[in-house]
Amino acid sequence: MKFRVKAKLADADGMRRTLTRLAHEIIERNKGLQNLVLVGMQTRGIHIAGRLKKLINEIEGGDVPSGVLDVTLYRDDFRLKFKQPQVQVTSINFDIDEKNIILVDDVMYTGRTVRAALDALMDLGRAARIQLVVLVDRGHRELPLKPDFVGKNVPTSIGEEVRVRMEESDGEDAILLVEREDLDEEDQADGV
Amino acid sequence: MASEKKKGRILSSRHLLGLEGMAGEEIANILDTADALKEILDRPIKKVPTLRGVTVVNLFFEASTRTRLSFELAEKRLSADLMNFSTSGSSVVKGETLLDTARNIEAMRIDVVVVRHQCPGVPGFLADRLSSVVVNAGDGAHEHPTQALLDLLTLRQKFGDIKGLKVAIIGDIAHSRVVKSNIYGLKALGAEVMVCGPPTLIPRDVESLQVKVTHNVDKALEWADTINVLRLQLERQKSGFLPSLREYYWTFGITMERLSRLREAPVILHPGPMNRGVEIESAVADSDYAVILDQVTNGVAVRMAVLVLLSAPEIAV
Repeated sequence: MKFRVKAKLADADGMRRTLTRLAHEIIERNKGLQNLVLVGMQTRGIHIAGRLKKLINEIEGGDVPSGVLDVTLYRDDFRLKFKQPQVQVTSINFDIDEKNIILVDDVMYTGRTVRAALDALMDLGRAARIQLVVLVDRGHRELPLKPDFVGKNVPTSIGEEVRVRMEESDGEDAILLVEREDLDEEDQADGV
Repeated sequence: MASEKKKGRILSSRHLLGLEGMAGEEIANILDTADALKEILDRPIKKVPTLRGVTVVNLFFEASTRTRLSFELAEKRLSADLMNFSTSGSSVVKGETLLDTARNIEAMRIDVVVVRHQCPGVPGFLADRLSSVVVNAGDGAHEHPTQALLDLLTLRQKFGDIKGLKVAIIGDIAHSRVVKSNIYGLKALGAEVMVCGPPTLIPRDVESLQVKVTHNVDKALEWADTINVLRLQLERQKSGFLPSLREYYWTFGITMERLSRLREAPVILHPGPMNRGVEIESAVADSDYAVILDQVTNGVAVRMAVLVLLSAPEIAV
């Protein structure tokens, strides 16, 4: 699969500002940290959740619990993809009953990953409320789902993809708009 | 996103017939998956929808409690539909051949066949003839791959890394499928292996598997970081391999007295079921050195991992 970078949507400073705004919005809409917990989705969502946690703690002075969610086992394309799944760790070391969960992902696209995440969370307990925060919403929804907090709305075409790069896993902070040079069916399934 | 996901398959075969020839990386991938799945067993709702619509049959031609229950639990935790088959009360007692039994199962559109059989090679025989995925749950004295995988997972959790680990396997080496799978798996992950037992129960060509051999259990204990104590099948004494079980206990039994002479006691594994007072002293089995119950928990996680990895692709395509 070949990709060509079409545009840089944000650099490190841009990402920091976006995350700071998101942190403020989360605190404002939830009127504080009461029962608030962060759940980051594998893999970039975890890093974003980690940054938000730090920002929220700084702004409001508290300690928001956070956990990690892997949705591989809940995906609706689990048996359709022509490859073996890579199951990653789920680690939520607190009871989610009656909690106000902030679910964190990097890019929202079809909504199928979020659907899987909601099912996964339901299996872990009965949260009081689940809100979704995404760094980028690139459109093309296939399910009736909508994020509560959005870093950037980026209209894209099907052949494009949004890449979030983070210091923790990629060595730099950036949001890139990339375009596929050789589009085929299997690769398309990958981008979901 | 596509870029960071590993492309292609994690396992190179679509069946799990044994660990012979399996690359260390593939084994590590199964163990990683099992580690990730283990968390499900501690949830209030111990179930994920992953294998919804996948049908598994547990074909047990030979008695088994632990392995069958463990597979059954793994299948249920993953929401697979499962059927159990055991020889008693089946058409096998009416004279049906293995191939006919298998063809009938095939006609029922089964996705995964988990098979335990007293004859070595039966899982391979089925894999060649069925379109279903075949998982070996123990075939004669050949292999018992999921048992070895759960032993490896337990050791990896205990020691962090298996590379360079000194593992002694003690007991009836000649008749054990657990030994062979363990040797292949341990070697692939870079461990050193020693086998220890009475000369009558050690195969003559065992050195060809690049393992050390000793008939002195104290030497094995001195050398090893961890020991895997095999069950002594009581019928071995009747067939003349041993003078008496009491003598075996005196010469090869793992006792507190033996362990107390060591600078550091090894981590003790046992595949079960145990004969307390034959290959292992009761007090040892219940001591903190033994990780026997961790093995049982890991057994479910490892079998879930194997089922997830093997039944995900291809059958649906």
